[in-house]
Amino acid sequence: MTELYTEGAPIADEKAPAGPINERWDKRRFSARLVNPANRRKLSVIIVGTGLAGASAAATMGEAGYHVKSFCYQDSPRRAHSIAAQGGINAAKNYRNDGDSIYRLFYDTVKGGDFRSRESNVYRLSQVSVEIIDQCVAQGVPFAREYGGLLDNRSFGGVQVSRTFYARGQTGQQLLIGAYQALERQVAAGTVEMNTRHEMLELIVVDGRARGIVARDMVTGEIETHFADAVVLASGGYGNVFFLSTNAMGCNVTASWRAHRKGAHFANPCYTQIHPTCIPVSGEYQSKLTLMSESLRNDGRIWVPKEAGDKRDPREIPEDERDYYLERIYPSFGNLVPRDIASRAAKNVCDEGRGVGPGGLGVYLDFADAIKRMGRPAVEAKYGNLFDMYQRITGENPYEVPMRIYPAVHYTMGGLWVDYDLQSSIPGLFVTGEANFSDHGANRLGASALMQGLADGYFVLPNTINDYLADGPFEEVDASTPEAKEAAESVRSRIDKLLSIDGERTVDSIHKELGHIMWEYCGMERDEEGLRKAIDRIRELREEFWTNVKVLGSNDELNQALEKAGRVADFLELGELMCIDALHRRESCGGHFRAESQTEDGEALRHDDAYAYVAAWEFTGTGEPPVLHKEALEYEYVEMKQRSYK
Amino acid sequence: MNITLRVWRQKGRDDSGRMVTYKVEDVNPDMSFLEMLDVLNEKLTLSGEDPVAFDHDCREGICGACGVVINGVAHGPENTTTCQLHMRSFNDGDEITIEPWRAKAFPVVKDLVVDRGSFDRVIQAGGYISAPTGTAPDAHATPVPKADADRAFDAATCIGCGACVAACPNASGMLFTAAKITHLGSVPQGQPERDARVINMINQHDAEDFGGCTNIGECAAVCPKGIPLDTISQLNRDLLGALASSKSE
Amino acid sequence: MANSTLTKQRAEARRSTVALKSAMAVTGLILVLFLIAHMYGNLNVFAGQEAFDDYSHHLRELGEPMLPHEGFLWIMRIVLLASVLVHIGSAVALTRRAGRARPVRYQTRKPVQQTYASRTMRWGGVIIALYVVFHILHLTTNTIAPGGASDSPYERLVRGFQPENFWVTAIYVLAVILVGLHLRHGIWSAAATLGLNREGRRRAINTVAIIIAAVITVGFLLPPFSVLFGLVG
Repeated sequence: MTELYTEGAPIADEKAPAGPINERWDKRRFSARLVNPANRRKLSVIIVGTGLAGASAAATMGEAGYHVKSFCYQDSPRRAHSIAAQGGINAAKNYRNDGDSIYRLFYDTVKGGDFRSRESNVYRLSQVSVEIIDQCVAQGVPFAREYGGLLDNRSFGGVQVSRTFYARGQTGQQLLIGAYQALERQVAAGTVEMNTRHEMLELIVVDGRARGIVARDMVTGEIETHFADAVVLASGGYGNVFFLSTNAMGCNVTASWRAHRKGAHFANPCYTQIHPTCIPVSGEYQSKLTLMSESLRNDGRIWVPKEAGDKRDPREIPEDERDYYLERIYPSFGNLVPRDIASRAAKNVCDEGRGVGPGGLGVYLDFADAIKRMGRPAVEAKYGNLFDMYQRITGENPYEVPMRIYPAVHYTMGGLWVDYDLQSSIPGLFVTGEANFSDHGANRLGASALMQGLADGYFVLPNTINDYLADGPFEEVDASTPEAKEAAESVRSRIDKLLSIDGERTVDSIHKELGHIMWEYCGMERDEEGLRKAIDRIRELREEFWTNVKVLGSNDELNQALEKAGRVADFLELGELMCIDALHRRESCGGHFRAESQTEDGEALRHDDAYAYVAAWEFTGTGEPPVLHKEALEYEYVEMKQRSYK
Repeated sequence: MNITLRVWRQKGRDDSGRMVTYKVEDVNPDMSFLEMLDVLNEKLTLSGEDPVAFDHDCREGICGACGVVINGVAHGPENTTTCQLHMRSFNDGDEITIEPWRAKAFPVVKDLVVDRGSFDRVIQAGGYISAPTGTAPDAHATPVPKADADRAFDAATCIGCGACVAACPNASGMLFTAAKITHLGSVPQGQPERDARVINMINQHDAEDFGGCTNIGECAAVCPKGIPLDTISQLNRDLLGALASSKSE
Repeated sequence: MANSTLTKQRAEARRSTVALKSAMAVTGLILVLFLIAHMYGNLNVFAGQEAFDDYSHHLRELGEPMLPHEGFLWIMRIVLLASVLVHIGSAVALTRRAGRARPVRYQTRKPVQQTYASRTMRWGGVIIALYVVFHILHLTTNTIAPGGASDSPYERLVRGFQPENFWVTAIYVLAVILVGLHLRHGIWSAAATLGLNREGRRRAINTVAIIIAAVITVGFLLPPFSVLFGLVG
C-alpha cells in the first residue's frame, strides 16, 4: 500500500487546553487574545458559504465590528443546503428533567461517533448547545411549543433523553432563516458585504497566510480576487462525490479542495454517513435522492421477501414468507438500530437478491401493522406530510402499498483538518460546519449537524479567530501581489482548458460514472480489492475527463455546465483520496465498514490499538501519493467500547 | 412518453428573448420536471447547442431556488415547487410552455434564471429581529402561546421562491413581505421593532418596483408552502397602525 | 436608528401602495354607503310619483334650517366627488405601477383561482365612471332626455326606461351589472386592505361582499325593469 501514500510526522492539536474537560473552553477563551473594538474595523474576514455555519459566523463577526465579505454560489444566502435539514437540533437544556446534562450529550456524541472524535471539541459543542437555543429563540425562530407556551422536545436518533428541539419537519429551514436574517441585518448595517452567485475557485496564500480567494462571478464570468486578514470556509460537505446523494445539486468540495491543494490537511475523508431511509432510485435519469425522516422507523416495519427474486405484489406475500431482518438480527433494537447498521443490513439483503422495486435496490417500510394498531387517522397525524412527500415523488400511496426505501449518502463527517480554534493547517484559514472534520468522529448522530454548524458560527469561531486577528492587520495585498496574480491566472487557464477540450462526454455523464464507482467500492462496505480497483478507475476517469469532456459556451456568461465541470474535476481528485483513506484504515468504525474487519456475526470491528487517530492528509500533487499525518486521539473521560445493538 | 417543449431562451439581461421549440423523447413518468430538463440539456450539449439555464438546488422543495411558469401557471399544475413536479402530471404528446418568472423586480439573467435580489433587500430593510449573538435570555424566559408560535411558523415556511410575484397580475411582492411581517409580528421577541419593520419593508418593497396588491389571491393559490392570504391583511393592519402611531424608534 | 429616519420613512410609507389601496378602500366604502342610500331612494318609485318626487325634493331640504337650501346635498356631492377622484386617482396610480412592474408579458397565462369580478375591476371601473357621467346628464341635469324632459324626477325615470328607449335600459343594466361585479371584489378587497381579513375569515368576508353586491344590483335593476314591463308608470 505504501505506493499509494507516504507517512509523515504526526500532528497535534496545539490549541486545546489541558485540565478538567469542563474548564477547557473557558480557559481557551481567556487565553485567546482579544481585538479592541476600534481595531476590528480595520480587519477584514472572508467567509465562504452561507449555511448555518457561514451565515451565523458572518452575522456575528459583522456585529462584532469586523469587515466581513460573504460569498455564496446561490442567488441568495437563504438557499444554502442547511435549509433542507428536517429533524431537529440537540441541546443539553434538560428542560424535560429526564437526566440530560452537558456531560451526557458529550458522552452520547463521543460514543455515537464510534470513538473517533476529540473529547475537548465534543465537550465544547455540548456546552455551547445550550446557548444556541437561546440565541435562536431571541431571533424569532418558531420552534414547536406546547400549550403552556414553552418549547417542546422529542427524542431522536435512539438516545434515551428528549433533547431535540424542532420546528415541525423543517428545523434546518427555520434555523437558517434566523441566521440569514441576522446576516441581512448586517448587510444593511454595512458590516457585511454580500456576494451572491460567486463561487470560490482558489485560495490565495501569501507569506504562508491565507489572505484571500479567487472567485468567479457566475453571471458575468469575471474572475475576481478578494482579500482579507483571514479566510473562513463554511462551504459544506462533499457527499456529491457520489453523484446521487441527499445533498443539493450545487453542493461541492471545490472551496475545501482548493484549500487542500494549497496546504490545508484533509482529515478522515472516507467517513461518510449513509442514511437508511431515503426514497430509492427510480431510473438512470435520477438526479438526486430524497431523505425521509428517520422517525418513520419508530412505527414502520422493515422487511424483504424471504425468497430471492420474489416479484409478487407485497400485499400478496404472506407473513411467513417475509423476512423482518432487522427485528430478526437485532432483537433488542429491532427497526431502531443506528443509521450505519440499518443501512448496511439493507445493502446485505439486496446483495442477496432479495431487494424490491426497480433494479432490486430497495426494502419495504411497511405501515400496515401500525395502521391496524393505531388507526389510519393517527398514522396520518404523525406521518402525514412524509407520506404525502413519498406519494408525490413515487406516485404510490403508502397507506395502501408498503413504502420502498434504500440508503443514500447524506453527510460527510470528514473534512478539512482544524485545531481547537477551528484553524486549518494554513495559518489564517479557518473551517467551520460540515466542511471541517470536527466533532462527529466516524458517525454523526441525528440532530447534531445543525448543533455543530451553529455552535461553530455563533459561538466558537467568533471567540477563537480573535487570537489570530490580534496580530493583524497584515501587510497590504492586492490583485498585483504575485501570489494573487498567479492564483487568478491558474483559475483562468483551468477554465480555458475546460472550455477548449470539446470532447464527446457531458460533465454529468462523467460525474455519474464517478458516483457509480464511489458507491460501489467506497460506499456502505469497502474492501481492499474494491478500493484498489476504484482508485485505478478514478484515475482513468480523470484522464478521460481532461481529454474528452464537452463544455459548451464561454466564460463570459452564466454557464452552468462550466460551473459543474470545475466541481466534478475536483471531485475526481477527492474521490481518489477518499479511497486511499478508506484503504489505509483497515478497521470498521462508524460510517466506514471494512469487510476485512468484522466480528463473526458480521458486525463492525474497531481496532483501537492501531487506528485511534485522525488521518490528516497532505496534498503533494494530482495523482501523487499524499502524506498521512496522524493525530492521536486520547480518551480521558469516555471509555472506548465496542458498540452492540443485539 | 414524448413531449414538445416551448422554452423561453434569452442570452442575457439585455437580450430580448424568444420561445424555442424542442422535442424530448422517452420521458419517464417518474422523472421530475427538472430531470426532464436535464435530459433535454444532455441532448442539447451533445448536439452542440447551448443547454437551457434554470435555477435549482435542493430538488426537494425547500431551498426555493427553482421556479418557472409552466403552461401559464407558476410552478405548474400541481401545488408544489417545480422540482417536486413529476412528469406523470402530463400526458404523452403534450406541448408544455416554460417561461421565467416575469417581473421588473426579477430581471431575467439568462433563459429561465432570474435575479431575485430584490427579496433579499426587502429583508435587509427590516425582516429580522435585532438580537446580537450572545445577548439572548434563556429560551424559556418568555413563553409564547402555541397558537402564536404556530401562526409564526406557518408564515415562516416561506421559501422565497417568488412564485407569488410571478403569479400576481400586478407582479406584487406583497405575500412574500407579508409572510415575514406575520412571522416576526406573531412572536413576543418581534414586538419592539414591529412598527419600524412594516414601514421600512413596505417602502423597500415599493422601491424595488413590485406592483401593489389588489387582493386577487393568485399568489396564495400557487404558493407551494401555502402561505395564507390573510398575512397580507395583517401587513396592512400593521402598516395602518404604524402610520397612525407617532411612536419613534 | 435615528428618530428622523423613521419619521422620513413614515412619510414615504404614507405614499406607498398600501396607503393608496387604503385610500381606495375608504373612498370605495363611502361610495358603497351612497349606493345603498341611492338604492333606497330609487325603490321609492314603487310608492308612486308623489312619494318619489317628494323624496327627491326633501333631499334638497335635508338639514334645513341649520344648513342652507340644498346645503346637505352639496356637502354630499363634494364628498362624493372627492371620493370618486381619490378612488380613480389611486386606481390610475396603482394600475400604472402594475404595468411598470411587469414590462414583458407572459406568452401563456392561466389564472388559477381569481374571480371574474376581480378581473373586471379596471376596465369595469372605467365604464362605470363613463356611465356615471351619462347618468348625471340623464337623470340629474336632464341634459340628455330620452322620451322628453320633465321637472318631475319620477317622469324622467319612467320616460327614460320606456320600451322604445331600450338602449337606455340596456346601458343602465350593463352599468349596474358592472357595479355589482365591482362591488363583489371591491368590498372584499377593501376589507382585506383595511386589515379585516384574518385566519378563517376569508369566506365570511366574501359572503358579505357577494350579498351586498347582489342586493345593490337587484335593488337598482328593479325600477327600470318595472318600468320596462309596465309595472310602474
